[in-house]
Amino acid sequence: MQRGTSKALFELLSSMRFAISLLTVLAIASIIGTVVKQNEPFNAYLNQFGPFWFPVFEELGLYSVYNAGWFLVILAFLVLSTTLCIVRQSAPMLREMRSFREHAREVSLRQFAHQATLPGGLPLDAQRQRVDAYLAANGFKARSNERSDGVLVAAKQGSASRAGYFLAHGAIVLICLGGLLDGNLPLKMQMWLGGKQTTTGNQLIADIPDSARLGENNWSYRGNLYIPEGRSSNVAVLNVNDGILLQELPFTVSLKKFHIDHYENGMPKRFASDIIVTDDATGESFERTIEVNHPFEHRGVVMYQASFDDGGSTLHIAGRNLLHGPALPVLDLQGEVGETLRLNHPRFSYALELTGFTLFNVEDMGEGTTDAGGLGRLRDHLGSGAARPDSGRDMRNIGPSFTFKLRDEAGQAREFQNYMLPIEQGGRWFMYTGMRESQAESFRYLRIPVDEDGQIDTWFAIHNLFFDPARREQLAQRFARSSFGDSAEAAEPRARLAETGRHTLDLFSDRGYETVGRFIDTTIPEAERERAADVFIKILQGLTWEAWQLAREEAGMDALQIDEARAAYLRDTMAALSDSLFYESPLFLQLNAFDQVQASVLQVTRSPGKPLVYLGSLLLVLGVFAMLYIRERRLFVLLKGDAEGLLAMSSNRQTIDVDETFERHTTALRELLAAAGTATPESSATR
Amino acid sequence: MEYAHPSLNQRSWLQRRDLYDWLYALALVAGAGIALVHYHSFMDVYDDIVLIIHVPVLIAMGWYWKPFRVFLAAVAAVALLSIWLYEGDLARAEEVFFLKYLVSSQTAIMWMSALYFIATGSYWLGLAARSEFAEKLASTLVWIGTVMGTAGLFVRWFESYLMGPEIGRIPISNLYEVFVLFSLITALMYLFYEQRYNTRKMGAFVMVVISAAVAFLLWYTFTRGAHEIQPLIPALQSYWMKVHVPTNFIGYGGFALAAMLGVACLLSERGILAGRLPPVRVMEDVMYKAIAIGFAFFTIATILGALWAAEAWGTYWQWDPKETWALIVWLNYAAWLHMRLTKGLRGPILSWWAVIGLGVTTFAFIGVNMFLSGLHSYGNL
Repeated sequence: MQRGTSKALFELLSSMRFAISLLTVLAIASIIGTVVKQNEPFNAYLNQFGPFWFPVFEELGLYSVYNAGWFLVILAFLVLSTTLCIVRQSAPMLREMRSFREHAREVSLRQFAHQATLPGGLPLDAQRQRVDAYLAANGFKARSNERSDGVLVAAKQGSASRAGYFLAHGAIVLICLGGLLDGNLPLKMQMWLGGKQTTTGNQLIADIPDSARLGENNWSYRGNLYIPEGRSSNVAVLNVNDGILLQELPFTVSLKKFHIDHYENGMPKRFASDIIVTDDATGESFERTIEVNHPFEHRGVVMYQASFDDGGSTLHIAGRNLLHGPALPVLDLQGEVGETLRLNHPRFSYALELTGFTLFNVEDMGEGTTDAGGLGRLRDHLGSGAARPDSGRDMRNIGPSFTFKLRDEAGQAREFQNYMLPIEQGGRWFMYTGMRESQAESFRYLRIPVDEDGQIDTWFAIHNLFFDPARREQLAQRFARSSFGDSAEAAEPRARLAETGRHTLDLFSDRGYETVGRFIDTTIPEAERERAADVFIKILQGLTWEAWQLAREEAGMDALQIDEARAAYLRDTMAALSDSLFYESPLFLQLNAFDQVQASVLQVTRSPGKPLVYLGSLLLVLGVFAMLYIRERRLFVLLKGDAEGLLAMSSNRQTIDVDETFERHTTALRELLAAAGTATPESSATR
Repeated sequence: MEYAHPSLNQRSWLQRRDLYDWLYALALVAGAGIALVHYHSFMDVYDDIVLIIHVPVLIAMGWYWKPFRVFLAAVAAVALLSIWLYEGDLARAEEVFFLKYLVSSQTAIMWMSALYFIATGSYWLGLAARSEFAEKLASTLVWIGTVMGTAGLFVRWFESYLMGPEIGRIPISNLYEVFVLFSLITALMYLFYEQRYNTRKMGAFVMVVISAAVAFLLWYTFTRGAHEIQPLIPALQSYWMKVHVPTNFIGYGGFALAAMLGVACLLSERGILAGRLPPVRVMEDVMYKAIAIGFAFFTIATILGALWAAEAWGTYWQWDPKETWALIVWLNYAAWLHMRLTKGLRGPILSWWAVIGLGVTTFAFIGVNMFLSGLHSYGNL
């Protein structure tokens, strides 16, 4: 390369324009990285961008912008550019810091924006003495240069401002270098040069090949350590692109217990893991507790409380019939969270994936509140910052829940969330089960009312009578009999009512209130619809009541008298019967018991660049403050004895206080140099 | 010869302190001492250190900027009055007239809001009618509003402990509280420059951005009930929060102030209000100062955030959206300062840049929480 070219290249790389361009590109790339969610599973991107753009964006590294090769190259260039800038600036700047410029010529001083004449008259020596004293008192360092027509006193202060430049820009280089060390560049190197390859996460850890394992000597990584209670682990999982790598640790971590504490209002208060660390090399063991914001370091590896999960709780589940036709007996199921059970039956076939278990569910069960208007509303918001008792909010722990997926043979899955205990709503109690078609939706809940014994058995008994075609005739007859009695005279209306009852049951068991409503709309003139709807409701209520009594009879229990609470139960039962027709599962899975096993997710990191980054940060702060707040000022005082002198000032910052400072110095120096002793009376008083 | 002139006889900084300076310092030392003894059971060693460091910092501020002494004394008086009226019983907020309508935390913050709104109007009236009285009034109202707001935050701190020792915490941990903090810091910074540059004409613009923050605050209170004190989630239980958050808001405050002066400069350069506003040169100078202090503190805040992240999330930097946007904000103002200081750029470009900078800052402050998901989501709307 020719000397000229390399010089031009040096000029370009070290120029501020180049640095600013790099920073702009970096900023734009960073913005992309915040808009496109980073490091998601690739399937999510495929869904989001479609098959055409997905591979394009993948090639561009948009799913992991900050680890993309081109991004790292820009960072590297930034380091280079800043370094060259420092190199280029250092010589002139050091010269500038050291020099007093005492050889400045009068002509050039007369070009300064800030200049003023100084009175002559005193002997040169006296002038010098006064000026030197003044400069020293005001924190200037000075050097003088004698010349034919007088003397130039060149003074300066705040040279450290220039040091700020080195500190701040050197800090950027340090921080970037540290960041590069701790980023995934070392990992990339190992993948390229060391032949390491990611693997999918669907294998047992023992089956993962060496090519996807990183040794203990890897000096920079960040991964997750998933440990169920009572188990231990010595490998961390690193998510790379769409696969994983295993990082071997120099110690084994066992989880004794994971804690979640709550505040009274149900907000989480503390997440903590009681762990036992066993060092591989020494065999030594010790116990520690890791909490959020309280990490623990061993052998250069820092462990943090990152998250928690279910560690394979055992769930005891009763499967209750929701099918139409002859009722199935209650099914006993048992499985661990994370396990998939087969639900095979002549009438259905599903894979039951147990996906999660939550011990505490804190929900707002309040009814909301109506705000006062106007001034009353303002008054409601005065006072202390504590929540008002009448805020309409009621945070309550509504007990354990579990989630599962039912996957049919076509591979379609629905997700469910079932609570273990009944939940109160408006004085009545319900068992809640939520269902949704996809993650994007929120759960729609079926509320099964709880009977007087606190059970849902009654509802299922009614359900089985209602939706078993073989029992409907019996139910309709019983309903008609209870309306018209057994007498022979009423045979005809009784038969008609039984017919109507059966028809209503047929309609209802299709899509509940929806089919009944549609039937009314299509067959009955508009004027009479409302009355007809009332009749249907009455018939359904009657049928439900009879189903209830029939179920009790069959269970050997006494008949009941209707009262207000039971009427409410009837209404809730009917609503749930209707809703259950949209609940896409052959069974309702009731959680009867559980053995909770929690798991803690610890993050383990090794970041050798950290000291570098921290040092850089410290220098950056010092540098920024030095650059912005140490004012570099140079004063040039040209003294000529009898003749008029000259005061000139320069500053590296053009702010208004430069003007003020110059004026202050001018006034003071003029006064000092004014013909003999005008200021003495006052000054002798002060001494 | 001993020639002595007053300009040579520089008395040291300490010698120049007057009686009030010393009284002020003494009060701070005593206050910190009492707090250390009285509330020691609620504080850990970091709290002790932070409290002790505050004493010299606040003394230095009061000595450097005299009105700050009166301000702090007034804040202490209001807050202590409130604490005294509470008698350790939170329910008294509803029963005692002065608590309900003057010095409980919510009420004090409402007073702050009202006073800031009136002050904004008064500044504009002063600008429109060239009325010095209106401007003086506005300035006084901002002072009183700031006293009420600051005292309100302190009382809120106290109230949180009345709710239960485990709930007690410094009130700078959710969007509601930091909006109060933002308004107060921006107002204080403005008051400083108002006095330093001896002009009240910039208030009309600066108070607009504060009023906007207050308007948001009120909306957030009335529609979302955001003012209710909630305990701290584990991620926020760290002494880093106590330094990271306020430092950040000095940054945001400076940037907001600069942007409003940018607007004033741009209008003035187009001849709008030109005769009524201070010279553009002065406003540009304040804009520079505000950005400089904002940038310096934003740098510290971002570094403190990184240190905290290293402790809470396991790494000092992981390109979380909040971190990334903080970097973008930082780069933006770093470029602004380079342009002004190194290239000597002046004029409308810098003003526009400061205005747009506030947009970027606002996005980093609220937009990230609203539109992007990440770890740093402590203030969802």
